[in-house]
Amino acid sequence: MKVLLSGNEAVARGCHESGLHVATAYPGTPSTEILEEIASRYAEIDSEWCPNEKVAFEVAMGASFAGARALTAMKHVGLNVAADPFMSVSLIGAPGGLVVVSADDPGMHSSQNEQDNRLYARFAGYPCLEPSDSQESKDFVGHSLEISAAFDVPVMLRMTTRVCHAQSVVRLGERREHPVRGFQPDPRKYVVLPNHARVQHVWAAERLERLAAFSESSPLNREEPGRRDVGVITAGISYQYVRETLPEASIFKLGISHPLPIERIRRFAASVGRLFVVEELEPFIEEQILAAGIPCEGKKWWPRLGEFSPDIVAAGFVRAGVLERGPEPPAPVEVQPRPPVFCPGCPHRGLFVALKKFKALVATDIGCYTLSVYPPIAVGDICVEMGASIGTAVGVAKARGSGKGIVATIGDSTFLHSGMTGLLNAVHDGAGITVVLLDNSITAMTGGQHQPGTGKTLSGAAARPVELAKICAALGVERIRVIDPYDLDQTGKALGEALESGELSVLITNRPCTLYPPEIRKSILRPPFRVKPDACIGCHACFKVGCPAIGESEKRTEKGLSQSRIDRTLCTGCSVCSQVCPVQAIVREPEGGAK
Amino acid sequence: MRSMSVLIVGVGGQGVLLASELLSDAALRAGFDVKKSEVHGMAQRGGSVSSHVRISGQVFSPLIPAGQADALLAFEQAEALRWVHFLKADGTAVINRRRLVPPVALFRKGPGYPEDPVASVRARAGRVIPIDAETVARRLGNPRVENTVLLGALSGCLDIPEDDWMRAIEGRVPAGTVDINCGAFRAGAETAANWEDA
Repeated sequence: MKVLLSGNEAVARGCHESGLHVATAYPGTPSTEILEEIASRYAEIDSEWCPNEKVAFEVAMGASFAGARALTAMKHVGLNVAADPFMSVSLIGAPGGLVVVSADDPGMHSSQNEQDNRLYARFAGYPCLEPSDSQESKDFVGHSLEISAAFDVPVMLRMTTRVCHAQSVVRLGERREHPVRGFQPDPRKYVVLPNHARVQHVWAAERLERLAAFSESSPLNREEPGRRDVGVITAGISYQYVRETLPEASIFKLGISHPLPIERIRRFAASVGRLFVVEELEPFIEEQILAAGIPCEGKKWWPRLGEFSPDIVAAGFVRAGVLERGPEPPAPVEVQPRPPVFCPGCPHRGLFVALKKFKALVATDIGCYTLSVYPPIAVGDICVEMGASIGTAVGVAKARGSGKGIVATIGDSTFLHSGMTGLLNAVHDGAGITVVLLDNSITAMTGGQHQPGTGKTLSGAAARPVELAKICAALGVERIRVIDPYDLDQTGKALGEALESGELSVLITNRPCTLYPPEIRKSILRPPFRVKPDACIGCHACFKVGCPAIGESEKRTEKGLSQSRIDRTLCTGCSVCSQVCPVQAIVREPEGGAK
Repeated sequence: MRSMSVLIVGVGGQGVLLASELLSDAALRAGFDVKKSEVHGMAQRGGSVSSHVRISGQVFSPLIPAGQADALLAFEQAEALRWVHFLKADGTAVINRRRLVPPVALFRKGPGYPEDPVASVRARAGRVIPIDAETVARRLGNPRVENTVLLGALSGCLDIPEDDWMRAIEGRVPAGTVDINCGAFRAGAETAANWEDA
């Protein structure tokens, strides 16, 4: 049966067909849908969201130690969080089979960097498989598990945004069961004391040589003969762009980009005129080929930064002189940008509108609330990586000599991911910063995933919810206050007191996300607001809360200023705009007027 | 089999992704190889959204090269202009007459919301079919089928039999709304077929 699947859905299908037992992850674009798809379709797989990628990695790793087939999925920067077990487990192995999906984001569609995680695979001595479409995404899960179990090695399945989210046709197969073999105690293998690890390192180096021999003979690396004057070595999505733009070239398609089948590459190089390497991001393949003494051309013609497209790949071939310049494609028209904004009713809006008045130094974090940095709210001075806000704010306070006027803003899921240790440090350090915990009770930016505070697991089963205020108290915070971000007055007062106190304060907002989970949306909606035309003075103060439900109406004031208008189908009735209106022109529709 | 590249664009929350799924599903049913590509993440938050759909005997790149789209389906006028450089010189643009002014237009200096996006697209496209999908949908009694009206309007540019469209719609829309969606599709197709470009 043939169906259209995204790369992520295909990975989930591959888990099903290859008899996977355990799948773990922390959500992160572009990897999130893998676990969602497993949980919703393949109940025979034990799947779970973990608080962060390190824990997710360790759970999958433990399952593989006990002889289960396991997979953990994360975005590229998630692997930084999981880097500690990722590196060390290489010396132990993965007897049941362990696949680490690294979903890289060339072009930074939804990420803070575009690191190329193939370098991690080489660093840790993992095989790296790179699918180029959904069929391969599915098939390579099975191949990765086979390689992993056969060589006792964890395997990186390296995806990119375009492979994760593009849909293409996939032929489905049946699930094949594999028994869980159980844990075989062997302290010299599983306990990485230095005297054990030294021996294991020798074994791992020898294993890499056997993997290189495997790569030489594997059909996952294949030659597609064509024009002999031009040979192209490529992998992942770049393969599709090469086939599209230079279909007559001889192509060596790598399914395994580490370790490289270097002797086959040497023979391929000898059989073609000029040898090109087309790969997104780092010259990962190119540098290894050059190091083997095989001349090739790569980053000379194609960029090292950003995401590829068929246009970019074609332009490189044109510059290299092997493709005729086609007609110049039309230039884009400059149209006003349409940046993402806080949704109508978003609880973050009120908090940041209130915070803006204080001109505080704000270290923020990774989540929807990072959008506060965009105008018109424009609050937020620093944002680096998951959980960084609190530690960074403490550092700024040290440099200033005081925590007064310094704020860390962090969401609930990010706090549980890696903010808690930062707060523990702030207590221990005696830092006098203000921490705002933006608790919208969901992991919103990635599409509404549960976390330990929501009381539900990935599969929807009930779980014991953790309480953020209790965690903060247990970490030693004394000044903890729960605030309603829809109440600008109360929020502003609480912020003012905390910022002035010079003592560590935690303010926890208490309104849920208006989008996720969708089933609670009805309970959030309150009667919408409207603008009284006889009262609106056209000052546009309400525009400055940046709500998509607020726009310009056709009506004009006596002075000719455009009046505001509220789209009642979008308005959730949060009331923040009505609180910034200086003339009380924004009023709630009567009960029953709600949609 | 005629190869076709279609770019569907709009604003987050308008249903661009569902529409491109319907198109891909219908093309697959018609026996084509299909690839479709978009980037998730910002789709819910009012940002610009685009989805590439490529239909052929065998498709390689999931992305359409600039200037190579046979058809552009825009759920919103300004988005049609933002993406028109993907359209072939003789390509067809089907443009919903909806105007969604982004909040950013209200407080930032800059080019502002384009004066007449349909006219600007007309200067760069082979053919432009503007369609007031909301009015067509309201006439059918349900403003929520606006997207299906637009797909119907697009369908005239493609070699996909109506039966395959209908099966795709049946498989994707809520059970109680199959009839009205099929009706909306036909109404859109008819409106586009009767449109005479000035």
